[in-house]
Amino acid sequence: MIADVTEKPTGFPTLRRMGVAGVLVSFGDHLSEPANRAALAFRAAIEAEGWDGVEETSTSLVSAFVRFDPLHLPHATLESRLSDLLTSQDWYAAPLPEGRRLFRVPTVYGTDLAPQLAEAAAEAGLSVQDAIASLSTVRVRVQTIGFAPGQPYLGPLPEAWDIPRQTALTPRVPEGALVVAIRQFVLFSVSTPTGWRHVGQTAFRLFRPESDTPFLLRPGDEVIFPQVAPEEFQNMRNDADGGATWEAIG
Amino acid sequence: MSLTVLACGPGTTVQDMGRPGALEFGLSRGGAADRLALAEGAALVGNPPDCAALELVLAGGRFRAETDLRLALTGASMPLSVDGAAVPAYTSFALRKGAVLDIGAARAGVYGYLHVAGGIVTPERLGSRSAHLPAGLGKALAAGDTLPTGPAPNGDTDLTLTPEPRLSGGEIRVVESAQSRHFADQLDRFQATEFTRDAHGNRMGVRMASDGPGFAAQGGLRILSEIVVPGDIQITGDGTPFVLLADCQTTGGYPRLATVIPCDLPRIAQAAPGTKLRFRVVTLDDALQAEAAFARHLKALPGQVAPRFRHPADIPDLLGYHLISGVITGHEEEHE
Repeated sequence: MIADVTEKPTGFPTLRRMGVAGVLVSFGDHLSEPANRAALAFRAAIEAEGWDGVEETSTSLVSAFVRFDPLHLPHATLESRLSDLLTSQDWYAAPLPEGRRLFRVPTVYGTDLAPQLAEAAAEAGLSVQDAIASLSTVRVRVQTIGFAPGQPYLGPLPEAWDIPRQTALTPRVPEGALVVAIRQFVLFSVSTPTGWRHVGQTAFRLFRPESDTPFLLRPGDEVIFPQVAPEEFQNMRNDADGGATWEAIG
Repeated sequence: MSLTVLACGPGTTVQDMGRPGALEFGLSRGGAADRLALAEGAALVGNPPDCAALELVLAGGRFRAETDLRLALTGASMPLSVDGAAVPAYTSFALRKGAVLDIGAARAGVYGYLHVAGGIVTPERLGSRSAHLPAGLGKALAAGDTLPTGPAPNGDTDLTLTPEPRLSGGEIRVVESAQSRHFADQLDRFQATEFTRDAHGNRMGVRMASDGPGFAAQGGLRILSEIVVPGDIQITGDGTPFVLLADCQTTGGYPRLATVIPCDLPRIAQAAPGTKLRFRVVTLDDALQAEAAFARHLKALPGQVAPRFRHPADIPDLLGYHLISGVITGHEEEHE
């Protein structure tokens, strides 16, 4: 859940081992704006170092992850380099990644296409109309990509959307489903069961394995999900980008 | 050059070493569930170690050669025959154009690998031929599919290799991981528990059932969704461990008790439902030593391939062999 901390959480950052070939650098134990920025910036810095033996890097909401070959790059060496890099600057104050874009992804709210809008609005203490007004205008940021290929976690949503996941799973939501819980959206890149509530439906394909750029969104990108009428949905589906447009923002 | 699928079980896919590098975009590496079996087969048919093979899951299949091919089967113990005549596993054999290969269901283990000299050369997607079904990449094979194969490297039939035993569960080595401290009071009980690989399992992970209470992270912990890696032992809501495998998701919200070391993952993947397993926590140093030994083993595989010793009575066409030319010396098993 989101807490708008403005200073470093105590006891962080931490450096922990994941299995025999991974190190996780965490900047907090809950999602916050500065910790999310720190994770993104720190990961970019590791990539820029280009250390031999590092095989891939990634981020989660508040952590940077390094997968490496421990037979080639000893744990002690990597961990000491990471520690040095950690102390080289205040990562919580780091700027967002470069090359970010703002996406506008047309979305049908409610109707048969997204049947849990009313339920989610009730959880948030909003009328359906107010819920749509809120969700369709808020500008959210890709906080991490994960779980499934190209699939973003986006936030923060306004306070009212600090609603829990459902206790039971929805057996299946389609690709392009926009779901909500704990002040975040997830936009599904595959058809999947979920505990999040299905409030909107897009025709946006996030994972395009046949393309030169198979993953459309990157952490740091921003997204707005403007409302469109359900009659528009078929047109959106006929468009390669589901009616979405995007522009560079820095 | 190609091989046609006449019949195969559900979940039969093309697999290689997977596609590293897309973790940041939510795509796990995937690749063969038993990477050792992939390397063993490559050694038997003379392929580079990362060549794609067919991964068969519990069920076997039936295949027809469209050109003369050289093949080998590794991994799970599956009976095989060419045009009705039995052929040993872990041995290279010829499948002449038009000949039909039958592979039976696994008698032990889960994942069998059918290798073709030259490799399966279906188009690469994002740098790999591996199907990653949860990600919607590639597909499960079905009757009628024809698989292109690459130019075969030089090599012989009747070359054999002794597999590293790994089909019957046993002791699995794990290391403590980023969240193990939340299970500190349960690690001893975890190691003392005998687990049974239950019926729930696939290339994403397998469930480990046990008698007695389940496991739980301490202190009503709220753990943020975090990076997961293959081998992670995830504790689901009801306290049952799930060991994650090649096609696992890239992040997950369930706490992780420990992580299986990579060289013991083939043993997890090959544990058929009902197989008994135990877990033992080892130090990072011990784990690294085991990994180094495993890396040496993989590297040495091509040199361990040797001609199969066959008793003359087992050779139906003995007269066809040129005994006098010295091809059969009686010392084939001593080759390097």
